[in-house]
Amino acid sequence: MTQLPPPSKVKLGLVIDLDTCVGCHACVVSCKGWNTENYGAPLSDQDPYGGDPSGTFLNRVHSYEVQPAEGTAKLIHFPKSCLHCDDAPCVTVCPTGASYKRAEDGIVLVNEDACIGCSLCAWACPYGARELDAAAGVMKKCTLCVDRIYNENLPEVDRVPACVRTCPSGARHFGDLGDDDSAVSQLVAERGGFDLMPEQGTKPVNKYLPPRPKDVEPEYDILAPYLAPVTDGPKGFVGWLDKALSALTGGAK
Amino acid sequence: MPKDQPVIDLSPKVSDEVRKTTCYMCACRCGINVHMKAQTDGKLKVAYIEGNRDHPVNKGVLCAKGSAGIMQHNAPSRLRAPLKRTGPRGSGEFEEISWDEALTLATSWLQPIRETAPEKLAFFTGRDQSQSFTSFWAQGFGTPNYAAHGGFCSVNMAAAGIYTMGGAFWEFGQPDWDHTKLFMLFGVAEDHDSNPIKMGIGKIKERGARMIGVNPIRTGYNAVADDWVGITPGTDGLFILALVHLLIKAGKIDLHYLAHYTNASCLVNEDPKSPQNGLLLRDEDGNPQVIDRRTGKLARWDGEGVDPDLAATYRHKGITHRPVFHLMADRYLSNDYAPEKVEDRCGIPAKRIRAIAADLARVAFDEAITLDRAWTDFRGREHTQMIGRPVSFHAMRGISAHSNGFQTCRALHTLQILLGSVETPGGMRFKPPYPKPATAHPKPHCKVTPGQPLNGPHLGYPHGPEDLCLDANGNPARIDKAFSWENPMSAHGLMHMVISNAHAGDPYKIDTLFMYMANMSWNSSMNTGGVMQMLTDTDESGDYVIPHIIYSDAYSSEMVAYADLILPDTTYLERHDCISLLDRPICEADAVADAIRWPVVEPDRNVRGFQSVLCDLGARLHIPGFVNDDGSQKYDDYADYITNHIRRPGIGPLAGWRMGANGLQGGRGAANGGQIDSYIKNGGFWVEHIPADCAYYKPFSRNYQDWAVKMGFYDSPQPYIFQLYVEPLRRFQLAAEGEGSIQPPDHLRGRIIATMDPLPIWYPPFTDGHVDPVEYPIHALTQRPMAMYHSWGSQNAWLRQIHGHNPLYVPTKIWAANGFAEGDWARVTSAHGSITVPVAHQASLNENTVWTWNAIGKRKGAWALDTDAPEATKGFLLNHLIHELLPAKGDGMRWANSDPITGQAAWFDLRVKIERSAAPDESQPVLPPLASPVGKGPDELTWKVGK
Repeated sequence: MTQLPPPSKVKLGLVIDLDTCVGCHACVVSCKGWNTENYGAPLSDQDPYGGDPSGTFLNRVHSYEVQPAEGTAKLIHFPKSCLHCDDAPCVTVCPTGASYKRAEDGIVLVNEDACIGCSLCAWACPYGARELDAAAGVMKKCTLCVDRIYNENLPEVDRVPACVRTCPSGARHFGDLGDDDSAVSQLVAERGGFDLMPEQGTKPVNKYLPPRPKDVEPEYDILAPYLAPVTDGPKGFVGWLDKALSALTGGAK
Repeated sequence: MPKDQPVIDLSPKVSDEVRKTTCYMCACRCGINVHMKAQTDGKLKVAYIEGNRDHPVNKGVLCAKGSAGIMQHNAPSRLRAPLKRTGPRGSGEFEEISWDEALTLATSWLQPIRETAPEKLAFFTGRDQSQSFTSFWAQGFGTPNYAAHGGFCSVNMAAAGIYTMGGAFWEFGQPDWDHTKLFMLFGVAEDHDSNPIKMGIGKIKERGARMIGVNPIRTGYNAVADDWVGITPGTDGLFILALVHLLIKAGKIDLHYLAHYTNASCLVNEDPKSPQNGLLLRDEDGNPQVIDRRTGKLARWDGEGVDPDLAATYRHKGITHRPVFHLMADRYLSNDYAPEKVEDRCGIPAKRIRAIAADLARVAFDEAITLDRAWTDFRGREHTQMIGRPVSFHAMRGISAHSNGFQTCRALHTLQILLGSVETPGGMRFKPPYPKPATAHPKPHCKVTPGQPLNGPHLGYPHGPEDLCLDANGNPARIDKAFSWENPMSAHGLMHMVISNAHAGDPYKIDTLFMYMANMSWNSSMNTGGVMQMLTDTDESGDYVIPHIIYSDAYSSEMVAYADLILPDTTYLERHDCISLLDRPICEADAVADAIRWPVVEPDRNVRGFQSVLCDLGARLHIPGFVNDDGSQKYDDYADYITNHIRRPGIGPLAGWRMGANGLQGGRGAANGGQIDSYIKNGGFWVEHIPADCAYYKPFSRNYQDWAVKMGFYDSPQPYIFQLYVEPLRRFQLAAEGEGSIQPPDHLRGRIIATMDPLPIWYPPFTDGHVDPVEYPIHALTQRPMAMYHSWGSQNAWLRQIHGHNPLYVPTKIWAANGFAEGDWARVTSAHGSITVPVAHQASLNENTVWTWNAIGKRKGAWALDTDAPEATKGFLLNHLIHELLPAKGDGMRWANSDPITGQAAWFDLRVKIERSAAPDESQPVLPPLASPVGKGPDELTWKVGK
């Protein structure tokens, strides 16, 4: 069994805005591209052109439909990857020490050299955020692009996870959730960011921002004046028009 | 760090070189950084693709398709060499041949028809992004039969936009994302302008601005909309005109804007006996007339200082002339458009319609924004401020692909204009070189002279019957019958009618069908099974009815099997391209821009860029513009053409880094041999910003007009006013009423009068009059997933894991009525055919609508997929249910399943019935597998280029 380090001051993670995520999968594929080419073994694909294609992805978008008792059904796009939990059960369950949480920034990683592919960590993770790569036989998971965020070969503006850099609608935010003053912490405070499945006691670092209320019926009394007819019938309308034109700011005559 | 924590490299080398080009995973044309890594042999290989932060379109972001480009570039479905058919058409049996053999064969077919009857070539180029080049080639060849795919895509949107205000959405214009406070999105939009719209939605949500989605289906953008309006398909126009009704009635319209910047103040002849009835009153020089409020007298619409009157009428020689705005008030104040009258039809409660109208009024007028930017209008009037109506709209194929789509798109533009929210802060803004009114575009040309070029550009904007493409007997001059009385304003042609017309020999037979990048034997055709039959049908002597078919594609699509000769194209990372201002540019509202593609890697197969092949073929055929005076080949390849072709003096395919008198400049200038290198150094694109004092009010702003002339968009200032009243429509109506010498056939008169109304109208989709709505009560639609672009996506190992299945999504009411359960199948039947397919439940759906993802279904053997791929076993197309003609209704006619004005394919008019079915082994109908000319893909991918 592997020990967790003492809680780090810096807690790097993602804040994902469910109000803005349009479910386009840009983050999914950008992640696949970067992490196939970078940290550890490539993310492989089995039967990629066949009857049952399956591959390793570190980030997937699920879509859930919510049908309230009253009102319209809603569709929520829900991107999910490792939440880099403070109390990460995937780390403590690891028999070889391959799964670990970085002491300096809280990122949960797999040391592929030490991974024996036993999948205990994947069973322990309540979020289903780990995938065993079928070709390499090692456990793969979100690295928070640890090979991007400190990478001195990248321009500073690009030192963010690939999924954050690519997200077209700006629904993904990266930063230090251990710092109450950081932009991501403030966003969480303003928008009521929440933990995924807090009852699991894993203390996830990643946060989700809830969708704003939708299909809220307006107060018709307030709206009514906006549509008050200027006159009754077409004849009267031309009369109104003439007066209205004369009253226009800058109108000649 | 604990002592047992592994040491990892936090700064690995990202790549050996970054090459910046333009994406082609869809039509959005984002800038991409292609990261290259050197192999042991020193060759660079594509390792990773990300968005280019400097690029005007995507500013660094990239969608799923774009990031998956690497899997398109290495797809096993890539064609490898020119192919000559060896088996029967449709079998997929080919032999590889050399390029010289391929081009000699093509020349042997094309040379004789060019010399005797050029119209016997039908050249249609699908999802082409080089239309200014391919049309130039076709024009030089001399055939009138050229177009791209707009006729089955969104020509209603494009044509309605050009005729009404000089441009529509996407490449024409965009919401003012920085200022808009209310954004209203109509219909399917996820597949056009995709990243900019996602970026825009993110931007407005960050600001707390609101978004209303109007779509029968709540997915994608509609899922994040603050309000979702689950409208009944085909009724958008009626809903919009109800909003227009309420806004005019309440006076919540921008009267100053309407008077000054639209033809609402132009005077219309109202004498039913006059040959000018319904046309605008003009002076001797043809200038429309208004009443000048300063004098109360007639004046030119664009006269210096004129203050046009929206209200005053003019009587002359016993004829009353009323301003357009009177006609609009007459029509739209009618209770026919009252919310209570339209609510059932639209499936939107009247209360909701009122609330939306009130919201539009409140935001446009109570929350108006003002920019302190002085500007001068074309009448010389100086303004100290720019007043914005921060309400913006977007729509694409959703409202477009109906038989009432043109008028619906017109209605939407009319709503925008009434609110004063076009080209004003917070509203919709055009992207240069748009706005460009119909009068600044060419008219269509069709005069054929054997051995000579066509007499002008094929496609354009007719202004009346004299601009139609008809032969001496009044019959259609084009094989697709574009610009005929059946669809007079078919500005993009009708690619979807080419095969059926060619097969029928109506209006005439052709010899060679030459197509590029269009999957016509599959997802790009209505009546897919019928089209396959037409392509393989033989005459009494056993020859194919369509004698020769040449096809160019980069991939082993379903269409490949139906051609006699295949010209294999490159992938988008292996080619030159220009995304030209002469074509469909990539500009932003604040800037003019164009871009290139260049071979970031050389092809490893015996393939050539299609445009380079046309340079070669053009020379072999001695097409003017493709040969030098001595008869030698003029352009070595497409890059040579891009650099050296001169379209008008000083104007070439690319506007950046042209040679001016004092060095390099943007816009106009002579050719510059180093131009492409300059583009590459700049990241693959060129951009120049519009001066701030004319970034809004473009069509009306003197400074913008001068800037546009300087940049070469046109050769003299062309200010204009928006055409709420589209006079060319009225000219066709007048002809149908019997006026003039060019007359429609009698059977079309009634329809022309009813549909070609110069003010927007709504009429029910034509299908509703041919198919019993009681027997077929359900609307059936398709949408494209954001992570796929038509048929291209399924060959992509990563994308097909995201969208490998396309069940038919069924709303709760129909789900319950049929007793459906998860895993069930249904038989879906239209008046034309039936399919049996898997179903899935979706609650967030209009209660009378079913839908599926477009073009996920694949034919066995295509795209280098295994024959048991789910796309081929459970995937399906709705196309089998849609015919290019409507069912007969006893009048002896077969009416086209398209918009009567533009000919746009009415995909979304489809009506079906549905019943639970025993689960078959595979989706029905099942078609026999094609032989794959490229074999199939590997069993596993571990794609890591670096060590």
